[in-house]
Amino acid sequence: MRKGRIIIEVDRCKGCLLCIAACKPKQIKISKKMNKTGYNIVEFCDEGKCNACTLCGIICPDAAIEVIEIIETEKK
Amino acid sequence: MSTEKTIYKKPTSLTDRPFTYCWGCGHSTIHKLIAEIVDELGIRETIIGVAPVGCAVFAYDFWNFDVTEAAHGRAPVVATAIKRVHPGKTVFCYQGDGDLASIGMAEIIHTANRGENITVIFINNTNYGMTGGQLAPTSLIGQVTTTSPNGRDVKNYGYPIRVSELLAQFEGVKYLERVKVTDAVSVIKAKKVIKKAFMNQINGVGFSMVEVLASCPANWRKDPIESNEMIDGEISKYYQVGVIKDVK
Repeated sequence: MRKGRIIIEVDRCKGCLLCIAACKPKQIKISKKMNKTGYNIVEFCDEGKCNACTLCGIICPDAAIEVIEIIETEKK
Repeated sequence: MSTEKTIYKKPTSLTDRPFTYCWGCGHSTIHKLIAEIVDELGIRETIIGVAPVGCAVFAYDFWNFDVTEAAHGRAPVVATAIKRVHPGKTVFCYQGDGDLASIGMAEIIHTANRGENITVIFINNTNYGMTGGQLAPTSLIGQVTTTSPNGRDVKNYGYPIRVSELLAQFEGVKYLERVKVTDAVSVIKAKKVIKKAFMNQINGVGFSMVEVLASCPANWRKDPIESNEMIDGEISKYYQVGVIKDVK
């Protein structure tokens, strides 16, 4: 399975929850943190289940999500 | 050992300024898609956008390319002028339903009829978003807005206008498609459609318009997920998603 993680740009996020609905492995949740415009932002739960599918980034209206794929390379 | 690779990020054709739209607003998604397409086609230096009057009036703050502003409803004629003066540039106008289907109805009809080689992105959110959710020509029958508190009554306000079907009859119109942006799949599809509309212009095909069914959670008094469900349900029933005209 592909592995990945996401970075949420705090000041762009408006906590619209569309990414939470799009995330199949349920790796995003709403947090109690607030950004400078007063929105409750979402946060990434780093449980190793993110498969870098990018659906959260695609649905995010505010381009607040950056998706990073983690590629395992064998030790030499 | 592992290496990391960024596979999705904010397009470079968007500025660092966060969108000032409400949460879950369809405008934000379409802005992002247009910026992604501009990046992919490598036309950031040659594209000129025309912003409307409405929620997207500050579009020039968010797009990192040339954008000008037109008087209310006049974006297609401003785009026509720019395209005629600069035939080598890619010119598009971005309009909401209050702008295009109401005050700008004459301009869009004549621009379409002349078959100007421009691209029009038409955002249909069934109300006037910026001024507080008043009734628009595209509001659904029975839709409650601030100026139709008992719901749209056809006796007083007539029927919702299907602009894309209206424009389909003109010989000058080459491509019309209606899309929605309610989930990741439909967003990917919408991006392909908008890209095709831009490619039509670059290839000299002629007038192309994409109508996007966008949500307006703040004025619909719904959360973004409920708003998208409303688009998938009753709005898509009246405004059917798909190709309306495609002249090869």
